[in-house]
Amino acid sequence: MKHVKTINVGTLKASLAKPGCKECANSCQSACKTSATVANLPCEHN
Amino acid sequence: MKIHKYRIFDKNIVIDVNSGAIHVVDDVVYDCLDYYETKSKKEIVELLSDKHSRESILEALEEIEYLVKENMLFTEDFYKEIVLNDKSPSYIKAMCLNVAHDCNLKCKYCFASEGSYEGKRSLMSAEVGKKAIDFVIKNSGYRHNIEIDLFGGEPLMNFDAVKEIIEYAKEQEKIHNKNIRFTITTNATLLNDEIMDYIDKNMGNVILSIDGRREVNDNIRVRYDGSGTFDAILPKIKKMVEKRDKNKQYYVRGTFTHENIDFYNDVVFLLDQGFNEISIEPVVLEDENPLAIKKEDLPVIFEQYEKIAKELIERKKEGKGFKFYHFNIDINGGPCVYKRVSGCGAGYEYVAVTPEGDIYPCHQFVGKEQFKLGNVFDGRIDEKLSKEFKDAHIYNKPKCMNCWARFYCSGGCQANNYSFNGDIHEPYDLACEMMKKRIECAIAVKVFEEEN
Repeated sequence: MKHVKTINVGTLKASLAKPGCKECANSCQSACKTSATVANLPCEHN
Repeated sequence: MKIHKYRIFDKNIVIDVNSGAIHVVDDVVYDCLDYYETKSKKEIVELLSDKHSRESILEALEEIEYLVKENMLFTEDFYKEIVLNDKSPSYIKAMCLNVAHDCNLKCKYCFASEGSYEGKRSLMSAEVGKKAIDFVIKNSGYRHNIEIDLFGGEPLMNFDAVKEIIEYAKEQEKIHNKNIRFTITTNATLLNDEIMDYIDKNMGNVILSIDGRREVNDNIRVRYDGSGTFDAILPKIKKMVEKRDKNKQYYVRGTFTHENIDFYNDVVFLLDQGFNEISIEPVVLEDENPLAIKKEDLPVIFEQYEKIAKELIERKKEGKGFKFYHFNIDINGGPCVYKRVSGCGAGYEYVAVTPEGDIYPCHQFVGKEQFKLGNVFDGRIDEKLSKEFKDAHIYNKPKCMNCWARFYCSGGCQANNYSFNGDIHEPYDLACEMMKKRIECAIAVKVFEEEN
């Protein structure tokens, strides 16, 4: 494409196929602990 | 909101909210996107004819159309029904163990009232800690990974109990086929060789608190006599980081307040000390507190995030990259949608336990009686309250449904939402604004990485 460079095609819809196992780390959203943005977390589904 | 577009570092970045696709576009596409869903091709050509040629506008619209067809632009939200119809059980798999409701410091911004959480000062006994381990294992269902965060107050004021609790947890994880990962958050004052070796061996992550430059740290992180801690803690933090197994995580972590909204300088200071895993986070305090972040601070704060992003890009180019915790977004993977809509899991996947064994949705709710979920000796939790938290996902937060960042942020901190707006469903605006800016910067860093 001439006007658009796609950096990434998006993985959200494909992730529906995962079981939602929640083996990934917890993501504290507050600032008093080291707060993870949820999107920081690596998927740990094996 | 289906797309979000912004300009940063001379680039036009477009995020397709519901697919997660990310594009860098030229000015023609950037302008066409404003009208794509509401105007005809002819109208768009007319509207933009002063800025772009007819040919380039038509080309841009063709490319947009292609991306729409491929579910990479203006994608619909596929997930709402799935989430709302999810009846699967929840399992508690993360726990904040408040091993010390006491602290040897009197940091001016402490949300935990110098560790006491507005109650009496106390230390958790090993017996309570072991009961808490039993509780989380019993309630973790088929989840293999369990996280335990040793927190306070200052958890190292109760180091003997910490060791006993961990020893017990290690026995129990074998018996129950679990993988328990420990994190400790410490003000670093009590670190010595023995404790550092223990932490390195036993903790999956260690969070070491220092706010940055000497004057910044010593303005806030003080002892009971008012003296600053900088000179005592910096050498200890350096030693801990030197000792740290290079395959294991650590974070040097600070808090910025209204009094150091130029916190880019604190990040650079910490980098110059040789640390390369850094987190500097905004203080959360009631509006009347002089240290609280104010709305008028936001432009300067946004500028700091952009400067940190630029610093990261530049240092990476030189092979001296570092981790700024909030910019660690994985745009090619990351957690699944189920995780992204549910956020931190406070109250149903994550709980905090006090030295008395009381269970709360998270450490920030500790001491708020109406949020007490139960006690580890009883072993039961208030199912109704737990479900309220489970249902407080983005689809039940009207503001989030109009926000492009919902699949990155997941609805913010429930405790902050409650503290500022009296409702866990009502996000705290200032935190939202900073979160969105951080995500924009994090994605910009990734775009530069992918392009180089």
